[in-house]
Amino acid sequence: MATELKVAWGPRKDNVYLGKEITRLDGVEKASGAAKYAADANPKGCLYAKVLSFKGGAGKVKSLNLDDALKVPGVKAVHAFVKEGDELQWDGALVAAVAAERQEQAEDGVRAIKFTFDTMEHFVDEDDLKGAEAAKRTKDLGNNTKGDVEAALKSAAVVHKGQYGIATISHMCLETHGSCTRWEEGKLIVNHSTQNVSGTPANFVSELQKQHNISVDAADVTVLCQFVGGGFGSKFAADDWGVAAAKMSKETGRPVRLMLDRATELKIAGTRPSGFAEVTIAADKDGKIVAWDSHHWGTNGGMKGGTINLAQFPYVFDFDNRNRKATGLVTNAGPDRAWRAPPHPQLCALTDTAIDDIAAKLGKSAVDVFLANIDKTPEKLQATYVAEIKRAAELIGWSKKWHPHGKGGDGDVKRGLGMAIHTWGGRAHAGTCTVRINPDGSVESLSGTQDIGTGTRTAIAMVLAETFGITLDAVKVRYGSSVYPRSGPSGGSTTIGGVTGPNRRAAIAALGKLFDVVAEKHKVDGNNLTTKGGKIWNGDKEVCTWKAACGLLGMMGIETTGEGPKDDGLTSEQVGGVQMADVSVDTKTGIVRINQFVAVQDCGLIVDLLTAKSQVYGGLIMGIAYSLTEEQILDNKTGRYINADLENYKLPRIGDIGELIVEMYQPDSEYERGVIGLGEPPVIACGAAISNAVANATGVRVPTIPLTPKRVLDALKAAKA
Amino acid sequence: MRDPREETIPNANGSGFNRRDFLRGSGAAVAVTALATSDQGATAQDAKKANVASAKAQDVTLNVNGKEHKLSLEPRVTLLDTLRDDLNLTGCKDVCDTTNCGACTVLIDGKPTYACSRLAHECVGKKVTTIESLAANDPVVAGFVKHDAQQCGFCTPGFVMATKAFCDKNPGATLAQVRAGLGGNICRCGTYVGITACAMELVTKKGGK
Repeated sequence: MATELKVAWGPRKDNVYLGKEITRLDGVEKASGAAKYAADANPKGCLYAKVLSFKGGAGKVKSLNLDDALKVPGVKAVHAFVKEGDELQWDGALVAAVAAERQEQAEDGVRAIKFTFDTMEHFVDEDDLKGAEAAKRTKDLGNNTKGDVEAALKSAAVVHKGQYGIATISHMCLETHGSCTRWEEGKLIVNHSTQNVSGTPANFVSELQKQHNISVDAADVTVLCQFVGGGFGSKFAADDWGVAAAKMSKETGRPVRLMLDRATELKIAGTRPSGFAEVTIAADKDGKIVAWDSHHWGTNGGMKGGTINLAQFPYVFDFDNRNRKATGLVTNAGPDRAWRAPPHPQLCALTDTAIDDIAAKLGKSAVDVFLANIDKTPEKLQATYVAEIKRAAELIGWSKKWHPHGKGGDGDVKRGLGMAIHTWGGRAHAGTCTVRINPDGSVESLSGTQDIGTGTRTAIAMVLAETFGITLDAVKVRYGSSVYPRSGPSGGSTTIGGVTGPNRRAAIAALGKLFDVVAEKHKVDGNNLTTKGGKIWNGDKEVCTWKAACGLLGMMGIETTGEGPKDDGLTSEQVGGVQMADVSVDTKTGIVRINQFVAVQDCGLIVDLLTAKSQVYGGLIMGIAYSLTEEQILDNKTGRYINADLENYKLPRIGDIGELIVEMYQPDSEYERGVIGLGEPPVIACGAAISNAVANATGVRVPTIPLTPKRVLDALKAAKA
Repeated sequence: MRDPREETIPNANGSGFNRRDFLRGSGAAVAVTALATSDQGATAQDAKKANVASAKAQDVTLNVNGKEHKLSLEPRVTLLDTLRDDLNLTGCKDVCDTTNCGACTVLIDGKPTYACSRLAHECVGKKVTTIESLAANDPVVAGFVKHDAQQCGFCTPGFVMATKAFCDKNPGATLAQVRAGLGGNICRCGTYVGITACAMELVTKKGGK
C-alpha cells in the first residue's frame, strides 16, 4: 500500500526550524561582497552603456544625431530611444544610449550626442487641484455614496473638516534598474536586476520583436538574478533600457551592461503616487464615526491621470454613511510603479489622520476611538486589531504617556503619541517547484523565484529541512534562473506563500515515495513512518538513518513537483497590524524626532522569525523615511526633478530612526492560518502614526507627509495666525 | 552611476561644466585639488594655473589587498570604477557616485574612504583594502549575519567596511558614537537596527578585529 501523507504543517511544538530565528543562508555571501548582482556582471569583453535622458518638463524632439557619439574613442554602439517629432513627457525620459569599452568613454559618447527639442507645456504640481482644473489636467475618477451622509452629519456630536496629503516618492533602489545582456549562439542571456525572474524572458521576446524587429524564442532567453539590490515593486519588466542593451549587444557581438544612472533611476524607474484629500468626518459622543465625506486627488505621473483607488477609501474602516469622490491629475512626471503595499500607505495616511483628528476634537485618546470603531473593520481581523492595539499600547506606555492634543509640554520641544492600523492580503502567488531527494541524502529545491532580500532562499531551505527532518546544510536551494520551474513575481507579499506552499507539497510527496521504499525494505507500514533528526522513525523506533533511506533509492533518487496556491491550509491571506509612534517636535526648528516606534504585526505562520522581524524593522524605517524626509520634488517652472540624487533626496541614516520595538503577534490561532506574506504591511501605517503623533504633540495637523521642518513650521505658523 | 549630462547647466542644448570633463582636460595633478575642495567652480581657475598633465591613459600601479596591479588608466578614472570594472572587485557598489551613500567604502591606508571620491591615480603608493580581503570568518561579516543586518545586501559591503573601520578604532564606543560613526552610509531596505546591534556588540568586545 502506497504511503499517503497528509498535506499540512506539523504541530507547532514539534517544529525544529519553522518559527525559529534562523540566520539567512546567503548572509556571508552578501556581507563579504561575494554576492554578484546584475550591476556587478562583468563578462569578458563587456561594454558599458550610459543613457542620455531628457532634461525638462516636456518637449518635442527637433533633432537627434548620434554620429558624433559613434566617433568618440571607445564607443562601439549607439541607440536612439526616440526620433524626430516624438514627445518627451517628463524629466528623465530616455533619448539615447551609448555603449563603449569603458564607462568614461560611454559618458563622452553621451555628451557628444547632438540633441535639440522644442519646449512644450508641462504641469507638475501634484497637489494643486485648482491649478490642474484650470490647466485641464484632471480626470474625474468617480464617486459613490453609501447611507445618508447629510442626515448623519446633522445628528453627529462632532464634525471635523480636515486636509491631508502624502507626496510622491521614488523607489530609490540602491542597485539601479538595469541588466547585462549577451548573445551566445543565437541565445540571449540576461543578468537582470529583477523581482520577476520567471516572467521576464517573455517580456524581452515581445519587446525585442516590437521595438527592434529582433526575433528570438522565449526558450532561448535566460534571465538570471541571484541577488537584487532593492526593487520594492519597481522591477518586474525587461524595460526599454534592458531591451536596448540586448539590441546593442546583438549589434556588437559583445556583452553590454546598462545600469541607469542615479538621476535617471529616480526620474523614470518608478514612483509611488501622491494623494491629497479634503475630508469631513463626524462622530457621536462615544467616538463612533457616523459619517465620512471625502474628495481625494493626486497623480501617478506618466500623463496617466490616476490616483489612489476610490473603492479602497476610507481605508480599513467601512463606515455606514459615506460619500467619496476622486480626481486624478495628469502630470508630466515619471510614471508610477507598484511601491511596497500599493496604495495602502497613502490610503492610511489620508484616513487614520482624519480619525485621529475627530478623536482629538472629542478630547478622547486615539486608542479609544480606534477601538470604538473596530466593528467597522473586516470581521475576520477585528479580534486581531483589538489584541494588537492593546499590546502596542502596552509596549509604548500609551496610558501613562498619552495627553490630549496640544498638551505636549511647555518647552519648545513637544512630545506626543500617535497610532494607525493597516491591512494587507499577502496571498501566495502561483508558482511551481521541483524537489529532489538524491541517493546521497542531499536535497534540492529548484524554482525560478528570486530573493529580493526578504530571505526567500532561507525560507525554502527551512521548509525542506523541517519536512525531511534533516539539517539546513543538507538542503541546496537553486533559484534566480528562468531555466528552473516557473515561480511568480516577488510583489505584493506573495512570495513567502508562493514558495513555501509548493515546496512543502513537493517535499511531502517526495517523502511519501521515500517512505514507500523504506517500508518495503524494512517491512513496516509507510503510513506510520516519520522523519526527525536525520533518522526515519516507526513510532518511537528508529528504522534507519535518512542517508541510509536515501541510499535505497538507486541512481535516480526521487523528484517531485509542487504547485500552488491550493486550498489545503498551507497558506492563506489577509493580515492586520498596528503601529504607534512617540515623537518629539522642536517647534523652533520644525524637526521631528522619533523617540519610540512600536509595531505589532501578525502574518499567520511565521517561517523565519529573524527575517520576519527584519521585514518589520525595514518597513518602519522606510516608513520613517517617507513620513519625515523623503519626497520627489518637481520644479513647477522647469518641470525638472530637482532632488534626483542621494544628497538632496533625503533618506534617514542610522542615527535618525529612534528606538524601534517590533513584536510579532503569534498566538496559535495565527499559526493555524498558514503562511501569509509580510513584506508590505509594516510600511503602511507609519505615515499616519507619525503624523498623528506630531499632531498630538503640537495640537496642529501638519497636512502633508513628509513632515519636513518647513511643513511643520508652516503649519505651526498658520495655526497661530 | 551619475548622469553624465545632469551636472551641466540644466539646458540640454547649452554648454556646461562637469567633473569628468574638467578632470579630463586638466589631468590628475589638478584633480587632487578638485576633490580636496570639492568645489568645481572654484577649482576651474586653479586648473589654468596648474601644471597640466596629459589626459591620456597612463600606466599606474595600484596596491589593492596587498597585491600590485599594473593598469593603464586615464587620470579621470575613479578608484571605484577601477576596482569594479578593471579588477572585478565588485564588493564596493556604485550607488550614488557623489560621496553621499557609502556603498563604495574601502580602506585607503586603513582609513574608510568613498572609492567614488578618489581617482585611481591618486592611490598610487597607498594601500587600498576592499571587502574582498576580509577572511571568511571575519567578525564583522559574522556579526552582520548574526544580527540579520542586511536585506537586499547592496549597501552591506560598504556598511561592513565602515563598521570594521569604526569598531577597530573605537572600542568601547557608546550607542550615540556608533550612530554618529556609521552615519556616512545609507541603507534603503532599513537594516539599521541589525547594524547597530552588530556594531554595539563589536565595540563592547574589542573592536572589529
